[in-house]
Amino acid sequence: MTLPSFVGRRRAPDPLHGGAAREAAPAVPVGKISWRTRAKADRSLLIMVLPAVTLLVVFAYVAMLGNVIAWENYSPYTGFLHSPFVAWANFARVFSNPLFLDAVRNTLSITAFQLVFFFPIPIVLALLLNSVMSPHIRTVIQSVVYLPHFFSWVLVVTLFQQMLGGAGLVSQTLRHNGYAGFDLMTNPHAFLVLITMQSVWKDAGWGIIIFLAALGTVSPELYEAAAVDGANRWRRIWHITLPALRPVILLLLILRLGDSLTVGFEQLILQRGAVGPGVSEVIDTYVYYQGVVNGDWGYSAAAGLVKGVVSLALVLGANKVAHLFGEAGVYQKA
Amino acid sequence: MSGQVPEISLDAAVQPVEITPTRAGSQTGAPVRRRRRSKYRPVWEEEPTRLGASGKAVILTCVVLVVVFPLYTVLLTSVSTTAETTRAGGLVTVPGELTLNAYTQILSGGVVTRAVLVSVGITAVGTLLSIVVSVLAAYGLSRPGSFGHRPILFIFLITMFFGAGLIPTYLLVSSLGLIDSYWALILPGAVSAFNVLILRNFFMGIEPAVIDAARLDGAGDWRILAKIVMPMSRAAVAVVALFYGVGYWNAFFNAILYINDNAKWPLQLILRSYVLQGVNLGGGTGSVDVVHGAVTGLPLQMAVMVLAVVPILLVYPFVQRHFTKGVIFGAVKG
Repeated sequence: MTLPSFVGRRRAPDPLHGGAAREAAPAVPVGKISWRTRAKADRSLLIMVLPAVTLLVVFAYVAMLGNVIAWENYSPYTGFLHSPFVAWANFARVFSNPLFLDAVRNTLSITAFQLVFFFPIPIVLALLLNSVMSPHIRTVIQSVVYLPHFFSWVLVVTLFQQMLGGAGLVSQTLRHNGYAGFDLMTNPHAFLVLITMQSVWKDAGWGIIIFLAALGTVSPELYEAAAVDGANRWRRIWHITLPALRPVILLLLILRLGDSLTVGFEQLILQRGAVGPGVSEVIDTYVYYQGVVNGDWGYSAAAGLVKGVVSLALVLGANKVAHLFGEAGVYQKA
Repeated sequence: MSGQVPEISLDAAVQPVEITPTRAGSQTGAPVRRRRRSKYRPVWEEEPTRLGASGKAVILTCVVLVVVFPLYTVLLTSVSTTAETTRAGGLVTVPGELTLNAYTQILSGGVVTRAVLVSVGITAVGTLLSIVVSVLAAYGLSRPGSFGHRPILFIFLITMFFGAGLIPTYLLVSSLGLIDSYWALILPGAVSAFNVLILRNFFMGIEPAVIDAARLDGAGDWRILAKIVMPMSRAAVAVVALFYGVGYWNAFFNAILYINDNAKWPLQLILRSYVLQGVNLGGGTGSVDVVHGAVTGLPLQMAVMVLAVVPILLVYPFVQRHFTKGVIFGAVKG
């Protein structure tokens, strides 16, 4: 998830929109245009934004206010306003609950595992694909590897079950040839491997898109000059391609770190039953089960809020680190 | 040779000069066979080694097969007879006796048919709503210096960094009385700030002179959006519509949360229950008529999987070519 870097960016004032009026001390006095006039001038733009803002206000901001139940002993019958206030009791329970800490541990180990075994794959794939000369072949491969990104997690997990499950194709073939079959889908010890394989299958192809775009910006003359100077294929990759990818790699890495607490919720909740919560319970699934399933609303809201706040801090911190590395980061200060 | 104009290939003129055209080198009579040089390979680049080239080909073929093969077996099994799956002991990999019974069976009314209709309806209504609201918001925020665009932009931005959390959102939706309503599957996620920003960025990339010219000719913002901006942004709108559409089509967890009534389940939930969790589609509720079906079990399940993929496969080719046009990356880099 990356967003454009417009926060704080100064744009040229647009005289048609009274933009000049906001400049602190215009060299040519424009005359102060009242906000009423400007709002009226931009009336249609404001009307256009209204539906989206309304939806966001209701389903993001009003919902955000619902987090007050983290400080309440909330019950749906008494409601937000009349449930007893319990101060930080829910948070205290969150941090002292071994199940929550297990969920945190699972979340972090999944993130770490995927950072090592998932993250590099799109880079390698992009390099491979970039070296394919024929644009037709390249387009075909690209279309094929992007495709699983658009499949639902239900479908992906079901496909894996059909291939690698106990009655899956691989087991079936093994048994047919006199070997013992296996069931990867219900084995808690192999769960990390399984979900990483699923993530790779679904999203590694899509992951190359950003690297290919970065590779596309490298001037071919650099390669030519290097080749003329006697740099072989590998040296060209090392000295031209990889440095060109460096900002993107670094940015994505930092973003992923900032997003450490979020791992595939839908993917995991689909398989929680098969492998058990011991290995598959992550923070998000924990919040769901404690809240919606067990009805411990205030407590689960507190757990969710802790995750949200820590995630926010991580993302902002990650962005700061990106700046330290001299990269653009997700957003920029002016 | 009678009267035929010798064909002059333009390609030949452009083609890089072969560096080693010395076929005369083979003085023994038998012509030395040279590998054809790819016409896309720049002159300065060395030919890949035979090992390197074949290694690359093998890897890329494997990558493509890993994506395509599971889909192929699923599709093949869905059109195979039950006898064929019994013979294969599971999924069918070699085409044998084919039948479309599985499809006629699940589409002739019943659980799956209803779920398909629900999913199609939600996807159609949801995508339309989302794209209209997002395009309007994106345009409303894309005019530099317009009244209040910066605070409004922040309303969008914040939702990307801090979500309300699962529990408060659930409680909000339920207190709005949307439980068991299809709107619960549409409204909470109808606006994605990220998609709005992709569109906004694309709109901002449009040459301001074009828009200013239209404005001087008396066109208002609505007309500019409809007549100038939209026609120029088809690719971006198509990609964002795909993102939204795929999101609606693939969503299953919101239905777990908000839809208690099985009769209102979307297809992904049917897929999860009847295929992933292996609840028998043929029996029980009598929703699927097994009487006239020569097909049960596996082919039926695989047919449900195919149904879950088909809409994506139908839309994908039309939108896929836009991915490479930098719609996404352009937005990403701001």
